[in-house]
Amino acid sequence: MAMVQDKTHTGRLALAHVGLIAFLVLTLFPFLMIVSISLRPGNFAAGSIIPDTISLEHWQLALGFSYTDSTGRVIEPPFPVLLWLWNSIKIASISATVILLLSTTCAYAFARLRFRGRQLGLNALLLMQMFPAVLSLIAIYAVFDQIGSYVPWLGIDSHGSLVLAYAGGIALHIWTIKGYFDTIPTEIEEAAIVDGASHFQAFWHVLLPMALPILCVVFLLAFIGAIIEYPVASILLHQEQNLTLAVGSKLYLYTQNYLWGDFAAAAILSGLPITALFVVAQRWMVNGLTSGGVKG
Amino acid sequence: MQRINRRLAWMVLGALLLMTGFWLVFTVYRAGHYWLALGGLTLLGVSGWVFTSPRAYAWRYLYPGVVAMLVFVLFPALYTARIGFTNYSSTNLLTFSRATAYLLDQTYSSGGDPLQLSLYAHGKNYQLRLSNEAGQVWQSADVKLDGAKKQTVTLHEASVAPVGDRASFREVIAQQAALKALTLYLPGSNEPYRLVSLSGFAPVSPLYRQAADGRLTNLKTGEVLRPNFETGFYETAAGEQIAPGFRVNVGWSNFERLFGSAELQAPLLSVFIWTVLFAALTVLFTFSVGFVLATVLSWEALRFKTAYRVLLFLPYAVPGFISILIFRGLFNENFGEINMVLNGLFGISPNWFSDPLLAKMMLLIVNTWLGYPYMMLLCLGLIKSIPSDLYEASAINGASAWTNLTRITLPLIAKPIMPLLIASFAFNFNNFVLISLLTDGRPDFTDSVVPAGTTDILVSYTYRIAFQDSGQNFGLAAAISTLIFILVAVLSLINLRLSRVNAPEKK
Repeated sequence: MAMVQDKTHTGRLALAHVGLIAFLVLTLFPFLMIVSISLRPGNFAAGSIIPDTISLEHWQLALGFSYTDSTGRVIEPPFPVLLWLWNSIKIASISATVILLLSTTCAYAFARLRFRGRQLGLNALLLMQMFPAVLSLIAIYAVFDQIGSYVPWLGIDSHGSLVLAYAGGIALHIWTIKGYFDTIPTEIEEAAIVDGASHFQAFWHVLLPMALPILCVVFLLAFIGAIIEYPVASILLHQEQNLTLAVGSKLYLYTQNYLWGDFAAAAILSGLPITALFVVAQRWMVNGLTSGGVKG
Repeated sequence: MQRINRRLAWMVLGALLLMTGFWLVFTVYRAGHYWLALGGLTLLGVSGWVFTSPRAYAWRYLYPGVVAMLVFVLFPALYTARIGFTNYSSTNLLTFSRATAYLLDQTYSSGGDPLQLSLYAHGKNYQLRLSNEAGQVWQSADVKLDGAKKQTVTLHEASVAPVGDRASFREVIAQQAALKALTLYLPGSNEPYRLVSLSGFAPVSPLYRQAADGRLTNLKTGEVLRPNFETGFYETAAGEQIAPGFRVNVGWSNFERLFGSAELQAPLLSVFIWTVLFAALTVLFTFSVGFVLATVLSWEALRFKTAYRVLLFLPYAVPGFISILIFRGLFNENFGEINMVLNGLFGISPNWFSDPLLAKMMLLIVNTWLGYPYMMLLCLGLIKSIPSDLYEASAINGASAWTNLTRITLPLIAKPIMPLLIASFAFNFNNFVLISLLTDGRPDFTDSVVPAGTTDILVSYTYRIAFQDSGQNFGLAAAISTLIFILVAVLSLINLRLSRVNAPEKK
């Protein structure tokens, strides 16, 4: 739209740039700091943003190597960060797969099949995601405590229990996939059914390949969701070698054992890939955002 | 032909699954959990119906997901409310039958000859050798010492000395759990021997005998214990409670304690006020910052918009548990970089973690940082959908940018964004991760019997009562959770109504 601009226009534009850049410096300060801290020697050393001496000790420890300091003392890695990362990835991939399977079939029924209570079910799904799992922590703990006395690998302090606990969180994903299914014309499936395919074959061989992009996005979102989940993991996992990153990272910053530098390296190491994944996934997420989801 | 084969394969698979299910249900039934077995049977029946009846076709697709949601989302929610009416806590952890079984398993040393144990390792198994003071020696066959698994071992008179090396005392100590689970019998005797010291076995008798009416008689002292289903303990005639307690229904007493007793009322009230304040201020701040940024970024003449948007979005993309912990370190009172900067600039170093007011400010600052990108994205989308002829008309009338903002933009996005603001309020009302990772609820109230902090919100308060306090008062915590459920439900209802008013044409 072409409009006559007044004289103050350029000045206001410059002001906006200055304001935005100042705001960005303020908000990105923590990220700059954490990179700098991970490269400083020691866990308490103060210094400017660009460190005077660069030391890779924290990175060595984060990657699981021991490190010999200037006095010849060998410092072992304080926590098994890579093991935690592996636990997180393992749990997240399994639960994302389960979530994808469960939510895709549900979404198909909601999008394509007619049954009683369909609209009610859709509303119930929306309502359900208003109640976070953190409110049911006590019951979740009690339930898995009970299950564990029969099936130990699904009890407290097992990864199986966490996968199961995450498997129920599919309400929002059903909506996302259903929304995508709704945009695919039904004629192609109907043609397949006319040609003698069963409903399931039409779903599996015709609809799913067309919906591949959204399946990838939901898998990514479920994956990230499981990696960053803290409350349920914090009550179900106890032993150090069982922890996920989200639970384990906290151990770095206890007052009695304050490992600021080691934490910085571990945080970048584990945070970078997750952030990159999220930036990729968020492009498709913006539509889903307006339906009321809030990330933790 | 192939189709029939495939059908057959599916049927065989179904039958196999059904058989496995029946076997599981039977195992559960054998273990004495009749209700659980009944539930499993119902589940099996429903599954069978869903996957065979043509009328339930749609449910074949819905069923797995719906079951997962019912079992892992809805059931825990209802079960939490249920626990709120019980005395489930660290003192009353077990069910009645488990507590009774525990007491019946207790033994006491009934006197008689103690035996001294020595262990001989044979590969992974051990041979037990026991001697009494008179010098008589008994031996066992090779025994696999396997954790806390209960085992009965019959000894025989030792004719030959055992082969192999005698295990060190340390090894004996390492095997304590397994040794404790052993019951030994001497040849020709039915007196059970149990471990009574680190390496000593002695004849023992069960401490309690159960009568038909459920009373337990202490065989050592002759006292009679009765289960009291009001308090959840076995009690002596004098009213003394015997640990462990068991879970019983206590009715509304958890709720009465919350609202009635002064010691819980005060923290609950202040925690509640802070929760509401925290959520409301967070929504206010994140929306204000996000809205301003969105208006600036919607300015057509502005260059580098995409770059700004991506950078401004970053705080949202970094996993919460990492960025919150980064702030925990940066705000640290002694070594934190923020205090270092403040000290250099103004000569102050605030006590972010020990002063209640400053801790609350810190939480709000961090949460605004975490939350503004989400609000910015929402506002960007909504501002984009405002028809541009409105702005053209106002430009013709010579309106200022401020008039545009307050008379066009704000009123037009107010309605659609309201439900999202309420959702954000509800989310922050339960923003456990932030509180738990940043302050843990500290600084604590000094005059409270349950652990409660000045920055605790309701969910983190619940969490501390349930999982961090030594009392582990699950019942009380579940009662608070139930209250939060009701509050969130009210919020959701308001929200549902608002979105319905907004979008009647959407469905």
